[in-house]
Amino acid sequence: MIKKLFRFREMLLVIIIAVLLGVFSSRSSGFASPSNLSNIFNDTSILIILALGQMTVILTKSIDLSVAANVAFTGMAVAMLNAAHPDLPLALIVVIALGIGAILGAINGLFVWKLGIPSIVVTLGTLTIYRGMAFVLSGGGWVNAHQMTEPFLQTPRHVFLGLPVLGWTAIIIVAVIYIVMSRTFLGRAIYASGGNPTAAVYAGIDVGRTRFFAFVISGTLAGLCGYLWVSRYAVAYVDIAAGFELDSVAACVIGGISTLGGIGSVAGALLGSLFLGVIKNALPVINISPFSQMAISGGVIIAAVIFNARQEQRRGRIILRDRGASEKIEGIA
Amino acid sequence: MMNAALAEPSPIVPILEMRAISKSFPGVKALNDVNISLYPGTVTALIGENGAGKSTLVKILTGIYESDEGEIHIDGKAVAFGNAQDAINHGVTAIHQETVLFDELSVAENIFIGHAPKTSLGLVNWKGVNARALALLHSLESNIDPRARLKDLSIAQRHLVAIARALSVDARIVIMDEPTAALSRKEVDDLFQIVRRLKAQGKAILFISHKFDEVYEIADNYAVFRDGKAVGSGALADINQNDIVRLMVGRSIEHAFPKVDIPLGKTVLKVENYSHPTEFRDISFELRKGEILGIYGLVGAGRSEICQSLFGVTRPSHGRLELDGKEIQIRSPGEAVHAGIVYVPEERGRHGAVLQLPIYQNISLPSLGKTSRSGFLRAAEELALARKYAERFDLRAAALSVPVGTLSGGNQQKVVIGKWLATQPKILILDEPTKGIDIGSKAAVHAFISELAGEGLSIIMVSSELPEILGMSDRVLVMREGLSAGLFERAYMNAEILVRAATGNA
Repeated sequence: MIKKLFRFREMLLVIIIAVLLGVFSSRSSGFASPSNLSNIFNDTSILIILALGQMTVILTKSIDLSVAANVAFTGMAVAMLNAAHPDLPLALIVVIALGIGAILGAINGLFVWKLGIPSIVVTLGTLTIYRGMAFVLSGGGWVNAHQMTEPFLQTPRHVFLGLPVLGWTAIIIVAVIYIVMSRTFLGRAIYASGGNPTAAVYAGIDVGRTRFFAFVISGTLAGLCGYLWVSRYAVAYVDIAAGFELDSVAACVIGGISTLGGIGSVAGALLGSLFLGVIKNALPVINISPFSQMAISGGVIIAAVIFNARQEQRRGRIILRDRGASEKIEGIA
Repeated sequence: MMNAALAEPSPIVPILEMRAISKSFPGVKALNDVNISLYPGTVTALIGENGAGKSTLVKILTGIYESDEGEIHIDGKAVAFGNAQDAINHGVTAIHQETVLFDELSVAENIFIGHAPKTSLGLVNWKGVNARALALLHSLESNIDPRARLKDLSIAQRHLVAIARALSVDARIVIMDEPTAALSRKEVDDLFQIVRRLKAQGKAILFISHKFDEVYEIADNYAVFRDGKAVGSGALADINQNDIVRLMVGRSIEHAFPKVDIPLGKTVLKVENYSHPTEFRDISFELRKGEILGIYGLVGAGRSEICQSLFGVTRPSHGRLELDGKEIQIRSPGEAVHAGIVYVPEERGRHGAVLQLPIYQNISLPSLGKTSRSGFLRAAEELALARKYAERFDLRAAALSVPVGTLSGGNQQKVVIGKWLATQPKILILDEPTKGIDIGSKAAVHAFISELAGEGLSIIMVSSELPEILGMSDRVLVMREGLSAGLFERAYMNAEILVRAATGNA
């Protein structure tokens, strides 16, 4: 039943996105052309990757507010590394970005796991610390495009089968996270830890350690996004991706990932991100100011939360309707 | 349906009458043309199996639900409860099974929340609050400090606070919804003292309980519900227990304990001087193959705590554990499951199932070590495991892929027990296995426990219900205030001996 609701919900998002595309393309021809759609997807790739990390954390009944600060620090670090050592191969730089991100995520995770501090408090703290570290590292300076090497800047832009490598990266991450969530012990532990932490403990799952790994995943993906971000915008400075952690949370909420943990899917996070991506790309096209854009995004988030809350209520009623429900199930069987 | 007014022995007029009350929910008629009367200075027991409509009646009476049909009369006048405050204003108050109080507030604040005495400026008069709370608690012969924080009190003390809260609003009709469910015998006695005092003050009391001995001890009248209908009411003195059971279930059932005597095998688990920093000390016992070891004691005696430490939820401060003759240490539930010890907790809803996950994923959850290879899950093996146990328990569901949250309570319980048996344990620890379930289901659970023991599983069963302990156990460990108060063989125990050991009345 709940699974059906989810499929229903994901279908609903697909339909809404399709309708939006239809409406926008009627206002501005070419909006729904394959090349523009590929552009929108490419534009949304970083949000998709961050939202997937955020999703793994939210599923365990936690939240990671430090993802954007992680992007800023890691982005600054790899940009400076690239500027200082232009001969380092790109693959190594990407590995370093993943590593730095993982360490920053692990720091969040350790506080949550070993000290039992609520994740919102921990990551609110590290949000400031990580961005502060970016400032200390750079001394407030910028790394500009001319200081970056050609492969560093151009590789994510390289178009392959009509889609830039940046977009392909997002697709690969979607696939990897999907496999982790649906096919591995860790994925199952993440759902169980968020769905009913006590029951998970009794089933022999270490909930704290599971949360730790969720933060490591989120941090690692944020580290990757650090490189992708400075490469895409061809500049690194302390304030990049400021406030972007909220976009990642918003994408999750719109995609039906319950902030109470235990409910949500990769498809949901992906569609939630795409929804925000379409809105952001479309509103300027139909001449709506950036400020109205923010208001519209906010309105959509609240609408999604209300929708979620109503779904949960409906589910509560099904449980209450004990006898009736079981008879129905028998009837189906 | 019997007419409540005719069956009533005393000529006094009821304070409260519910007439022809009906209430439907989508798909279920929860109450169907129900009448019930409550009299001053009288305790009326409301009896019925789970799902008989008791809770719905309480919710209507306290203004949480509105009835579809019927009338409520207080002192002969029809009243309507639009919300909970209306009910309170009419002098109706309820004390719930799990007391709905505020942990972080003081006792006095809990008692007067919403109607605290005010100063002339309209601010809360704290002196007045504390003084009146103290007076109320004294009238209940309790010496709880009104300034104590609620979270520091025992469950019994919390009940007292809830009762004081009820009295603080001048309640005339007090509903007690399974107030003894979490209480030990001694605490129940204390509670009954209070009930008698309320009775003497002329309050009408509606007492809901599953336990017949308590009903007979405290109540004057009874009302039996079955499937949303009132099927009988009158004075308890005029009816015996068997007849009440017959009314409840619509047939007469003998609740014999299906304990099968099986020859006990070798010692499986040996616990020596197990101690915990605060909860229990120097507990020693042995558990043999096929044995059912009962653990009895008052709430707070450390029974669940010792089980939780055997399962690795908490760590003992010292003591030895031997499994099959080898010393082992259990540091986490994962290690316990691996060693073959599983624990079915008391609160199956909270501790048991992950409601959002499908049935098969719940059943396989503690067994994932076996059904996965190097961190990757194998759906086919998980499903096979789940199918096996779903069949064994006659689990009723459309498919094994539906979330557990969509199942009925009874089927959810099957999933929880199934998932533990799927780990193929040697030792099964059951904490209050039949708490809060109706008589018919209880017998099924008991039969099943016997069957498992017959298959060679060793069982530790924590229970507060004496008949269950006496009926099911081969031996009983009695605990008192964290210490062992004796181990009793089946042949040499009776209710009196166990209660004496548990309460310390030598």
